[in-house]
Amino acid sequence: MHKKPKKYSVFSLIKNSLTYHENWQPAWRSPEPKKEYDAIIVGGGGHGLTTAYYLAKNHGITNIAIIEKGWIGGGNTGRNTTIIRSNYLWDQSAALYDHALKLWEGMSQELNYNVMFSQRGVMNVAHTLHDVRELKRRWHANRLNNIDCEWLNTHQVKKFCPIINTSPNIRYPVLGATLQRRAGTARHDAVAWGYARGADAMGVDIIQNCEVTDIKISNGNVTGIETTKGSINTKKLGIVTAGHSSVMAKMAGMRLPLESRPLQALVSEPVKPIIDTVVMSNTIHAYVSQSDKGELVIGAGTDGYTSYTQRGGFNIVEDTIAAVVELFPLFSRMKMLRHWGGIVDICPDASPIVSKTHINGLYFNCGWGTGGFKATPGSGWVFAHTIANDEPHIINAPFTINRFSSGELVDEHGAAAVAH
Amino acid sequence: MFLINCPYCGERDQAEFSCGGEAHITRPKNPPELTDDQWADYLFMRKNIKGIQFERWNHSNGCRRWFNVVRNTSTDEIIKVYNIGESPPNINGNNPSTPSGEPIIGSGNISTTFEKK
Ligand SMILES: Cc1cc2nc3c(=O)[nH]c(=O)nc-3n(C[C@H](O)[C@H](O)[C@H](O)COP(=O)(O)OP(=O)(O)OC[C@H]3O[C@@H](n4cnc5c(N)ncnc54)[C@H](O)[C@@H]3O)c2cc1C
Ligand SMILES: [Zn+2]
Repeated sequence: MHKKPKKYSVFSLIKNSLTYHENWQPAWRSPEPKKEYDAIIVGGGGHGLTTAYYLAKNHGITNIAIIEKGWIGGGNTGRNTTIIRSNYLWDQSAALYDHALKLWEGMSQELNYNVMFSQRGVMNVAHTLHDVRELKRRWHANRLNNIDCEWLNTHQVKKFCPIINTSPNIRYPVLGATLQRRAGTARHDAVAWGYARGADAMGVDIIQNCEVTDIKISNGNVTGIETTKGSINTKKLGIVTAGHSSVMAKMAGMRLPLESRPLQALVSEPVKPIIDTVVMSNTIHAYVSQSDKGELVIGAGTDGYTSYTQRGGFNIVEDTIAAVVELFPLFSRMKMLRHWGGIVDICPDASPIVSKTHINGLYFNCGWGTGGFKATPGSGWVFAHTIANDEPHIINAPFTINRFSSGELVDEHGAAAVAH
Repeated sequence: MFLINCPYCGERDQAEFSCGGEAHITRPKNPPELTDDQWADYLFMRKNIKGIQFERWNHSNGCRRWFNVVRNTSTDEIIKVYNIGESPPNINGNNPSTPSGEPIIGSGNISTTFEKK
């Protein structure tokens, strides 16, 4: 057994500064895989890490491995624009995302790790009469579900975010917005690292640079996996591989209702604080916030075809930038520093799948598509429950694979505002 | 971002085209006899392949005609364009060496070679 991780505090910071920060203990171990585990989680993104963390914490299952083909948080977890909100239209989604939002509120304390969760508010802007009606409908639906939401008219939008262009003469004028004040952003890497440290402390083995290459099934039961570090046995296998979910499903002889597509984001050169909230627009497809380092964080749209290349079309970026510059003319001379893509797994109803399968011991947590970062803690919480009890938690019961047979889709396209 | 060789207009930017998804999904012959699971399978379940994928494209901002494309989705390389109604061609070559088609640490952009016909 390894030493229990030392608590981070102002004292540990001072103490380590005396030795030039060269003696910090690693935040988690890097063990070799054992021959067998009680449960294996494939995918060391935020959702996989929280699944292992809550399996250990809430269900006492600690003989677990997380198998990650690259490095933890190197997938969409480390590539997203970190918008966190819960103002979804349907009751099922509201319950799912608000449960997650409540976990965000206590996360830094619980993990003893600063995830820089910042409830700076998220504003969803309306530009057409249709937008106004859609967003007002969502505002009312949110209030019925006890989710904080306000309606701002154009004047109030300008007051809340003074740099936004509210001229009535632009192609898509600002006609109003919804505002969720509890919503905001967090530091994506810190979320992965904090949960990894927390899971590791409870005995979870985090195995990086190890790719799962096959799933072993006999008589309808999962028996283990093949990996680039050899075969490992387990009776419970949770797949949390986002854009690569269909690749994993194929190993089990299954197909999923998913399409994997590139989604892009970009950040600008750092500037002084200029925008202290998150602004999103569905119609012109743009969303912007500013990181604590001062960079503008801008999200673009998905490409219209399947691709696993982790880079998208330049025309998509061009459209986004055009929209951002119309809403914020003062950004027109900003230089963009970095630009990247992630592969997102999109479901036909834009809702996730957190579900058992027809194979005993095989569970899938996928389909979060363009908007799963906000659900990171809640997704792991309900998926851990599903794996531990072989039954869904009441919150993820509507998000089974079977909904595509029964027709009970949770259609959050458009209703959920812009992608993310 | 890539170029597509429209069989009717020639090589154009991908932005001129719309992807119609997986090709060769046949509409069930006797719809009333299908179970819910069979409907789900036809309507929603997709291969979503990493590697060689057969798919339909439409030149929506051009001649507006449909055709089929064989594309390596791990590199976006187009291997073959063929007509609607034709059966899928045989493609020989190295599929991505691991299921993810990526080096152990990498971006997914390794180029694999396939025979172009
Ligand atoms: C550009 C962009 C912007 C986004 N913006 C937002 C936003 O503002 N708000 C929001 O809520 N969401 C956003 N999202 C979506 C969000 O990032 C994802 O829904 C979420 O991070 C998914 O987390 P995950 O843990 O499921 O997946 P990932 O973090 O992608 O983790 C999956 C892991 O599985 C691993 N893996 C895959 N195959 C194998 C294998 N065979 N063996 C072992 N490991 C494997 C991968 O390496 C990866 O690390 C955005 C996404 C992108 C790409
Ligand atoms: Zn054409």
